Amino acid sequence: MNQTMNKRSTRDGFGRALEQLVKEDSNVVFLSGDLNDSLRMEWARKISPNKFIQSGIAEQNMVAMSAGLSLAGLTPFVGTFGAFMLRATDQIRVSVALSNLNVKFASSHCGLTVGQDGANAQVLEDLALFQALPNFTILTPADFNEAFEATLYAQKINGPVYIRLSREEVNDVSESPYDFTKASILRQGSDVAILTYGNLVNQSLQAAKILMEKESISVKVVNYHCLKPFDEESLIQTAKECNALVIVEEHQKFGGLASKTCQVLAENYNCPVEIVAVEDKFGQSGKAEELLNKYGLTTPNIIRAIKTAIARK
Amino acid sequence: MIDDKKIEDLENIAKQIRIDIVKMTTNANSGHPGGSLGSADIFTCLYFAGIMKYDAKQPNWPNRDYFILSNGHICPVWYATLSQAGSIEYDELLTFRKLDSRLQGHPTKSFLPFVEISTGSLGQGIGAAVGLSIGLRIKEMKNRVFCSVGDGELEEGSTWEAAMAASHYNCSNLIVFCDRNGLQQNGNTEDIIGLEPLSEKYRAFGWNVLETDGNNIQKIIEAFEQAKLSKNKPTIIFFKTLMGKGVDFMENDYQWHGKPLPEDLAQKALDILNSEKNLPNPPIPQKNQ
Repeated sequence: MNQTMNKRSTRDGFGRALEQLVKEDSNVVFLSGDLNDSLRMEWARKISPNKFIQSGIAEQNMVAMSAGLSLAGLTPFVGTFGAFMLRATDQIRVSVALSNLNVKFASSHCGLTVGQDGANAQVLEDLALFQALPNFTILTPADFNEAFEATLYAQKINGPVYIRLSREEVNDVSESPYDFTKASILRQGSDVAILTYGNLVNQSLQAAKILMEKESISVKVVNYHCLKPFDEESLIQTAKECNALVIVEEHQKFGGLASKTCQVLAENYNCPVEIVAVEDKFGQSGKAEELLNKYGLTTPNIIRAIKTAIARK
Repeated sequence: MIDDKKIEDLENIAKQIRIDIVKMTTNANSGHPGGSLGSADIFTCLYFAGIMKYDAKQPNWPNRDYFILSNGHICPVWYATLSQAGSIEYDELLTFRKLDSRLQGHPTKSFLPFVEISTGSLGQGIGAAVGLSIGLRIKEMKNRVFCSVGDGELEEGSTWEAAMAASHYNCSNLIVFCDRNGLQQNGNTEDIIGLEPLSEKYRAFGWNVLETDGNNIQKIIEAFEQAKLSKNKPTIIFFKTLMGKGVDFMENDYQWHGKPLPEDLAQKALDILNSEKNLPNPPIPQKNQ
C-alpha cells in the first residue's frame, strides 16, 4: 500500500488484514467478547460469518475456547480491548503459552490514547505480561500498514502471537518491506537514537525532524515493531553508533521496551538512556492529546529527553 | 448389559491403577492420591470399555476422541491408566514429578505427547474442550471431546462461562464428567462454597445431565453410553465417587486430596488393595535414581 498522509488506526489495519486472511486461509477463525465491531472484525465477518465465534463478555472462556479451536487445527484470532485481555491472563499463560498453541491475540484500544473511557480502559501494563511469557511473539505496529502486515505475519508464525493495537488514528510512518525479525530503522542519525513503537513513532519522528532543522542534531529513529523476539543486535549497534538513547513508549516505564532495552544494554554496552513513558501511574479521562500532554508523552517531552541524553554522554 | 467376566476384568484394571497411584505419589513424596483413587473406575471405563477412541501408540491419531484433564492434579490416575493402555512404559510411572520426567506434576503438553493441552490451573480445560468441540464441527470431523473436571473446580467462574458457551453452540460432541466426591483441599465442597444443586444448575444452563455411581463399573459404562446419544446438547455426567476409594483409611477424608501417603501407610494401602483381588503379580518398577 502507498504511504499517504491519511490518518488511520492500527485496529483498522488489523481488521483489513483479517478480512484478507479469511478469504485466503480456511483455517482462520476469529473470536471476540462482544467487541467484534471495535476490533473491526465485522469486515471479515461479512466475508466469512461461520468463522466468527462470539464468546460474549467472557474473556476467560474466549481464550480457553481459542486454545481448543487451535487443537482442532484452526488458527484463531482473539480480539478484545487490551485492558480486558488481561482478565484472561491465567488462560493465556497455561492453556496457550505453556501449551505453545497457535493462537493470535489482538489487543486494541491500548494506551492512554483511548482517552475518555479513563484509567480502567487505558492498558499500560500488557507488555510486561506478554514479554515475560515464553513462546510468545509480540508485534507492536506503528500505523495502519504495519498493523496490516503484522497481522499477515502473525498468521505465518506457528505459535502464540500478541499484536498491540490502538484506536487512535495516526499518520502512516512505517516503511516496506516489512521484516518483523529486525527492528525497523525509519531515520538515520548519529548524535542520539530514539527507540520506540506504536502510536508514538509519529511524535518521535517529529522530534527528530525538529531537532535536525532547528539545532542540527542528528537523531536516529528505530521502530521496534517486534518486541519479542527482540532484535538485540540492532540495539547494540545503535547504542554504539549514537552513544545516547531515548526510549519512547505508551506503556508503563516498567515491563515494556524501556525495561527490555536497559536489560540488554546492562549485559552488553554502557550508554546513557532516557525514558519517555508513563511514570508508574494510572491514566484518567481526557482527550488523547490532553492525556499525552499530561503524562509527558509529547514531542516536546521527547526533545527534552534527547537533550538530557546528549548532555549525559 | 456387560457380562460379569468383563466387569471383573475392568475391576482388576482399576485396582492395578489404584496400586500404581499409591506407588507413584508415595515415591514422588508429593501429588494428589485422593481424587486419583476415587476416579480410577471412571478412567478404567473410559479407556478399556470401548468408550473413547484412542490409539495407545499414536497420540496424534486423527480419528481419536480428544481427552482433556481439566482437573490436572489427578493426573496420577491418568498416567497409571495410560500405562495400563500401553502408552507409557510401566517403569516410567516412578519418574512422576521428578526432574525431566514426561510425567509432570500436572499434565504439560511439551513433555508428554498424549497431553492435548497443559492443565493444572483449574477451570480452563473445560473451556478448551468447548472450543475444541466447536472447532471439530467447523472442520467437519466426527471426533468426540471428553473432559474431566473436579467438583471443587466448578467454583471457578470460568467453568460457568464455558457451560454457557457449550449449550449456546450445541456442543453435542462434548462429554464432560465430574468427579463428584464432595471434597476439596480444605474440606467439604458444600462448606467451602456450596455447589448444589449442581445438576439443576447444569440443566438450567442447557445441558444434558446424568448422575450415577462413579465407583460402579456397570453404571459408569451405561452413563457414558447414554451420553453419546445426546443429539443437540453437551452432556455432563456427575459421577458420585468416594475420595480415596479402595483404601479404607483414606476414604472420604479430604486430607488425602493433595498429600501422598508416607511409606508405612503406603505399604498398608498396597496390602489392602492387593488383598482385594487375585491379580497376577504386577511388575515391580525399578526406582528411578
